[in-house]
Amino acid sequence: MTAQLEATDAPAAPAAVRAALALGRRRRTVALASLAAAVVLVAVLSLTLGTLPVSPLRLPAVLTGHGTPIEDLAVLTLRLPRWATGALVGLALGLAGALFQTTLRNPLASPDILGVSGGASLAAVTAMLVFHATGAGVPLAALGGGALVAAVVGLLSWRDGFTGQRFVLIGIAVAFLASGGLSYLMTRSDVRAAQQALAWTVGSVNDPSWGETGLLAAALVVLVPLALWLAVPLRVLALGPDAAHGLGLRPIPTTLLAAAVGVALASVATAVAGPVAFVAFVSAPIGRRIVGAGGLEPVASALTGIALVTAADFVAARLGGFQAPVGLVTGVVGAPYLLWLLTRKDGASA
Amino acid sequence: MSRSRAATALVACLVVLALLTGLSLALGAEALTPAQLLHALAHPTGGAEAQRIVIGLRLPRTVVALVAGAALGLAGAVMQGVTRNPLADPGLLGVNAGASLAVVTAIGVFGVTSAGGDVWFAFAGAAIAAALVYAVGVLGPGGATPVKLALAGAALTATLTSIVTLVLLAHLDVFQQFRFWQVGSVSGRSLHDVLVVAPFAAAGAVLALVGGRMLDVLALGDDAARGLGLNVPLARALCAVAVVLLAGAATSLAGPIVFVGLVAAHAARTVAAHDHRWLIGLSGLIGAGLLVASDLIGRFIAPPGELEAGVVIALIGAPVMIALVRRRGAVMTA
Repeated sequence: MTAQLEATDAPAAPAAVRAALALGRRRRTVALASLAAAVVLVAVLSLTLGTLPVSPLRLPAVLTGHGTPIEDLAVLTLRLPRWATGALVGLALGLAGALFQTTLRNPLASPDILGVSGGASLAAVTAMLVFHATGAGVPLAALGGGALVAAVVGLLSWRDGFTGQRFVLIGIAVAFLASGGLSYLMTRSDVRAAQQALAWTVGSVNDPSWGETGLLAAALVVLVPLALWLAVPLRVLALGPDAAHGLGLRPIPTTLLAAAVGVALASVATAVAGPVAFVAFVSAPIGRRIVGAGGLEPVASALTGIALVTAADFVAARLGGFQAPVGLVTGVVGAPYLLWLLTRKDGASA
Repeated sequence: MSRSRAATALVACLVVLALLTGLSLALGAEALTPAQLLHALAHPTGGAEAQRIVIGLRLPRTVVALVAGAALGLAGAVMQGVTRNPLADPGLLGVNAGASLAVVTAIGVFGVTSAGGDVWFAFAGAAIAAALVYAVGVLGPGGATPVKLALAGAALTATLTSIVTLVLLAHLDVFQQFRFWQVGSVSGRSLHDVLVVAPFAAAGAVLALVGGRMLDVLALGDDAARGLGLNVPLARALCAVAVVLLAGAATSLAGPIVFVGLVAAHAARTVAAHDHRWLIGLSGLIGAGLLVASDLIGRFIAPPGELEAGVVIALIGAPVMIALVRRRGAVMTA
């Protein structure tokens, strides 16, 4: 859409500007194509490598239903569901982070830091350990808990308007409260059940069920077009409230809708996989940097999210003697990035 | 004027602390009368039921709560002073998480089981985490602002927790031990464990009180402090050693407890805002009282079971932090 704006402006602009715009567009296309290539590469690696290796050349045949029983088992039954769930989760989290950070105008806004993941975890673990919920109960509880905490943190940090700092600090307080509750629940149950709950709290796509993944996919069919559509008004909003007004945009409904879509995306992903740490937080800035653009980049953020989660899961699955949850890898990688960001100029203004 | 107020507060704190200690020894699933309590304390080796409860169960956990709470209170006040940051707390800034990871490593990887052994790991972990968070806070522009330090602490806690979780998922037996420690409990430790840790906590307390004088000067700003002849890096390093000793000792005894330092230091600030030695001393007493009180509340709040002190203090501390953040200016200035 910006491309269209640029196109209509272009005839009036001097040749140098036109050349720069064309260069920017070209760089953007190349960047997006390489991101997509990275996603495909990780997919091929994830689907072929493992205890039952399958040749990459055989992959098209297996995927179209012409594989041997062993290949079918390895690729279609074991690896594809895991990869697909990871990809959908990464897509949702990447987009959610981009929306959060743009609407709150804060590079640190992400469900991990704002206590949303903590609330979702606490609700899900309560459902698991106290009410012995199975199946759909756990993701539904996570959904409710995450949304509730988002609302509470939002309300508490509202005081004559919104400041990012207050929001972040109150989110941290709530996150510590949730982690206290989580530790408490862990001591009140059988050690094996507690360990399972612990695994859930770091976020994993180890054991996906097609039902949950289907639910996630269905939610994304609605939410992703909405997010892409919101990208245009959000970019206008980034010019400042006055400019947005002048262009006929009402800032507050747009912001609220974008925040709601962001919370919904993060919550459905968390409901299926648990809180996969830091993906929502790092996807948007990494995507932006790869594309070389300043504003909201929904496609690049989503592709980065997919690449991150599937690559992290690829590493996690082959890490050691046991199946590590993907959230461990993203947590260990993502937090140092946050620390690094804090030491830099553009991060500190948060 | 303010000194006499602080002195009054000191006496009041001591009285309340003594009262809480008495209550902590007397109350529980089996309530004792003052006469029974005194008799049990006077004849500690008697084999009666009252002796067994008081000396065997309640005395250790009360002493653990006193030592750990005081250490966290002192550490909180020193951290707030040295970082000029009203939201500093050993738990919030990830120092306890560092100690926590080190203890898990000690149990899981090196097979350490004695209390004396894991103290060293706790110190090392606390020191590394403190150095890391502070480095991140100082490196960027604008220095160690509250938001930056809090975020650095949260990020560090997240990373360290991920690694801890990795160990715990792989080793069921370590998880079985660790989960009761992780929640922040003062029960389950013996007086012997306290004796192992107490010297370090005491050294940290002395350093903290000595450092208080320097913090008064440091509060004027680095340049002014240098002008007044203070060796600023040395003063910071001294305070950091105090924090690491205190937080490491507290964490190895009672687990990673958040918010004690934050709440205690802010309570102390209401009576002694400008004299750090009073502030630090009072904060230590209030911290001890807070943890004993949390343990006491936890015994009655969720019958028939008990709520760990770490959970109770989180329930108290999080609202305090939110109130502090909401108070205008508390975050931005400082």
